Amino acid sequence: MTPWTPDQPLVSIRNVHKSYGDIEVLKGISLDVMKGQVICIIGPSGSGKSTLIRCINALNDIQSGSILVEGQEVHDPKLDKLALRRKVGMVFQQYNLFPHKTALQNVMMAPIKVLKENRAEVEARARDLLKKVRLEGKENHYPGELSGGQQQRVAIARSLAMRPDVMLFDEVTAALDPETVKEVLVTIKDLAADGMTCILVTHEMGFAREVSDHVYFTDKGVIVEHGAPADFFGNAQDPRTRAFLDQVL
Amino acid sequence: MIDTIQDFFRDLAASAPHWNFVWIYDDHQMNRVLTGLWMTIKLSVFCLIFSVIIGIVGAWAQGAKSSLLRAAVAGYVQFFRNTPPLLQLLFFYFALGQFTPSYSPDGWLEVPLISSVGWAIISLSFFAGAFNIEIFRAGIEAVPHSTREAAESLGMTRLQTYTNVVLPLALRISLPSLSANLINLVKTTNQAYAIAVPELLYQSVAIWNDYPSAQNPTMLLLLVAYLGLVGILSLGMGSWEKKLRIPGYGA
Ligand SMILES: Nc1ncnc2c1ncn2[C@@H]1O[C@H](COP(=O)(O)OP(=O)(O)OP(=O)(O)O)[C@@H](O)[C@H]1O
Ligand SMILES: [Mg+2]
Repeated sequence: MTPWTPDQPLVSIRNVHKSYGDIEVLKGISLDVMKGQVICIIGPSGSGKSTLIRCINALNDIQSGSILVEGQEVHDPKLDKLALRRKVGMVFQQYNLFPHKTALQNVMMAPIKVLKENRAEVEARARDLLKKVRLEGKENHYPGELSGGQQQRVAIARSLAMRPDVMLFDEVTAALDPETVKEVLVTIKDLAADGMTCILVTHEMGFAREVSDHVYFTDKGVIVEHGAPADFFGNAQDPRTRAFLDQVL
Repeated sequence: MIDTIQDFFRDLAASAPHWNFVWIYDDHQMNRVLTGLWMTIKLSVFCLIFSVIIGIVGAWAQGAKSSLLRAAVAGYVQFFRNTPPLLQLLFFYFALGQFTPSYSPDGWLEVPLISSVGWAIISLSFFAGAFNIEIFRAGIEAVPHSTREAAESLGMTRLQTYTNVVLPLALRISLPSLSANLINLVKTTNQAYAIAVPELLYQSVAIWNDYPSAQNPTMLLLLVAYLGLVGILSLGMGSWEKKLRIPGYGA
């Protein structure tokens, strides 16, 4: 296999099929994400967005097709899943912080345990990351003592502490109050501006339009339409896309 | 001071024939009580530690990929939960004890490699361990799958996820039931009496066989001693629970 070079897609998804039992949830999905790109996946509930994004770091398996991350096949049975997950950060809708650890400890755990990095260095980096997500002063708070938006930003910092090459966000603002949505979106926008490759599932259309390089619309397990945000939001072709956009905009 | 107390109980024994607190004024009997108490404490502590280790390892093995391992653990749990601990002690000591090698320190006496104390620790640890496995398993199952997934998506192995995330949370959930089981264990150590482990009950019976007049006081002593031991354990578990409490988490 030829080694991956940055001019090739960092994530390349080809004709992916995925079923739960007899029900096919992904029916041949293909998309590419270049290094530094931000893409958004939008679509109605149950269309398979979470399923797709979870396939990228092998939390879900697939029945056929191919997913390459930096040229490595994610669903090769011989693949080192742990090595893959060190490159792919993931942020969940429900934050999923470790409730028995402080914000700082949440961020520090994986680099120390997984990467076996020096504790003092990790701590310095963790403090910087918490500062970056605007949580200075909350280092020693437990998740239960933080608001939803604050917890979600800790989760983002926790993921970034592993220095991933690509970040997956699955409706990370869906569980938040409208006021706190913005603080999380600002954090993601900062990340994107720093050149982080991001794959976002979102219901925030304004945000998708502003931050993304490319938008994908999924429905019933297929990509119905995709394009640059200006085209996509201004000039959608498929009637299903238009119906969806009419509903949410 | 001590002399006055001892004299008081010596006089009491003379005037009230059923209330001979012999171990207060007779050094030899006092010694029996203390060695018995010390043995009970040792039994309890060793069994506590081993049963908790069995619980943790067993609960982990129950989530293992190998169905053989899972079946073995399930069989063990069923066996030890559904048979009386006294019977288990007798089984270990008499049935298995025959097959264990012995050695001879002086060329005359044959000493089994595992003493009755050893068998009591093994048997009681397995007994309490079976309950601990179920207790920890319930705790582990109560840890949300999504929390585990978060750890895995950070590249942690199953073992790292288990030791750093699942177990600390499961322990907090399990602690109340664990306390109850460990208290039960401390109380059950006195069944080692049946295989002649010189613990507190064994020594007490020895005392009242020699001094029938000391039966009531010694019985009282037994009850108070167990109340004290269990009290210390539950205080300890209670403060551990408090120490592990996470600010802002749970109820
Ligand atoms: N573990 C599972 N077992 C069986 N079916 C599942 C499972 N997870 C998801 N599904 C089904 O797969 C389909 C796609 O689910 P998915 O969560 O990917 O949708 P989604 O686009 O993320 O929806 P939402 O916007 O509501 O999050 C749904 O019909 C769902 O019921
Ligand atoms: Mg979803």
